[in-house]
Amino acid sequence: MSAELKSMSVDELKVQGRTIRELIIRMTTAAGSGHPSSSLSAVEVVTALFFGGIMKYDPKKPHWAGRDRFILSKGHAVPVLYAAMAEAGYFTPEETMTLRKLGSKFEGHPNMKRMDGIEASTGSLGQGLSIGIGHALAGKMDSADYKVFVMLGDGELGEGQVWEAAATAHKYKLGNLTAIVDQNGYQQTGATKDVLNMSSVADKFAAFGWHTQEIEGNDQEAALKALQAAQAVTDQPTMIVSRTQKGFGILPLLEQQGDVNYHGKPLSPELAEKAIALLEQS
Amino acid sequence: MYFGEASGYKLGQAPRDAFGDALVALGAENKDVVTVDGDVGNSTRTEPFALAHPDRAFNVGIAESNMVSVAGGLAACGKIPVVASFACFLLSNAHDQMRMSVAFPGLNVKFVGTHAGISIGEDGPSQMGIEDVALACTLAGVKVIVPADGPSSKAATAATLADNGPTYLRLGRGKVAEVYPDGCDFTIGKANQLRDGKDVTIIANGLMVGAALDAAQELEAAGISARVLDMHTVKPIDEEAIAKAARETGRIVVAEEHLSHGGLGSAVAMAASTSHPVPIAYVNVGDRYAESGDPMGLLQKYGLTPQAIVEAAKSLK
Repeated sequence: MSAELKSMSVDELKVQGRTIRELIIRMTTAAGSGHPSSSLSAVEVVTALFFGGIMKYDPKKPHWAGRDRFILSKGHAVPVLYAAMAEAGYFTPEETMTLRKLGSKFEGHPNMKRMDGIEASTGSLGQGLSIGIGHALAGKMDSADYKVFVMLGDGELGEGQVWEAAATAHKYKLGNLTAIVDQNGYQQTGATKDVLNMSSVADKFAAFGWHTQEIEGNDQEAALKALQAAQAVTDQPTMIVSRTQKGFGILPLLEQQGDVNYHGKPLSPELAEKAIALLEQS
Repeated sequence: MYFGEASGYKLGQAPRDAFGDALVALGAENKDVVTVDGDVGNSTRTEPFALAHPDRAFNVGIAESNMVSVAGGLAACGKIPVVASFACFLLSNAHDQMRMSVAFPGLNVKFVGTHAGISIGEDGPSQMGIEDVALACTLAGVKVIVPADGPSSKAATAATLADNGPTYLRLGRGKVAEVYPDGCDFTIGKANQLRDGKDVTIIANGLMVGAALDAAQELEAAGISARVLDMHTVKPIDEEAIAKAARETGRIVVAEEHLSHGGLGSAVAMAASTSHPVPIAYVNVGDRYAESGDPMGLLQKYGLTPQAIVEAAKSLK
């Protein structure tokens, strides 16, 4: 038994979130590729999970059986996870600058085989929620009190497996499972409402028997409170539909570039400097 | 009539039944064993385990993709999930999940594909797994095992559960000849020589092992001495046994209940070509799907018989 909960105040979380945003930008710009905008939308939820007293973990014992699990099903947003893990002490922030480089464990998508603390290898969308169910079922079998968190993208909801998983989590009354849809409104080729409009995501999960919440997910306090509220639900899985903005924090810059989606491309070194300056003003 | 009958072997258990029996026994000993089912447990024979251990058996409904990824999560937490479904639905429907949720992270999941081959009979070609071995072999680090009969299926079940890594076990639906004694040994990756010979080696697995033994007997009557290897492990294949067979007999016939591409034939050819290239003939379903019908009638019509093996052996100069 180890692990302390890191319980920052909302104001402290905001500062922490800004550091995570800067790290996301720095590592993807250093890599020259990656998905910074998809990572930036998820910062408040991930920051609350790691530093808001929600998850218990021990960077020195990443395989500790009693740890809470965070599975990033939208694996392309892994810079947000690497940044949070760096700040939590799994490795140094400087190490993440090897992102996507040959020989680095900081791969373009999460690879649990190469990095301790990564709970699932993802990158083929649609599988993380099912993997989370496996962790949650094992926890119940072992009468362990750990919790499982899975973050999905809104574009990812097009994958049929997500709905297979939604039904299964309900069947097994997985109160130890919390899913978050990072609903940033965009996917690879355009707005999610245009590509495949899933509309009323919370209603859909409610119809599958889930407890649901809808929040403004780039509001740090709202993200923290939703995750706290989810802990009180113990007899059914919880879904937090987190309405966010892709590229949140540096949106004015992306607008100037004429691309608010900015999918799968890093900022140029010049733009990254402007972005970091912009974050420091916020 | 059944394969192996002409050689004097008695008809034994279906491979899937033997697996079901073994799983109950092994599952009672090892509390980490769990099953994840896509609602076909009474067909795949995981049902007895599920009835004995309801707290360790998860039926996720008709949802193979979810089934496989759930198993990946369970394995990541130290469980040993046995994921059984029809070979075609497991490998074809959930192949991405087998790759991404299990093989890529190298998790300890035991895949079992039942109803393999055309010998399932009347249910027809949509239910026949005839491409599963090829698909399983494309999953890096996954061991692929096709036992011949009941006793070796039991032993193979124990061997896969004891192996620390992902495995695929392919099992037939119907009863087959018992070519091994109950309680036989089983070593993953090590072929069993069931008969020695000097003119040709018949390399087979699954129900074609019985057919190979019948063919060897027929060849002997025609003055051709045939070695028979049960190549139950397709990956990693027993390269040593293949090289030895090629060197000592100079000819190889490969017989399997699978499509022509990507199965045992491909694996044997690759091994022989890199060690000791010799002429090889192939007995398989070909590049086509089968049809509904009675199992033996289907095997005859689609060229999976002792006679087809005999002719293939004679065709090799």
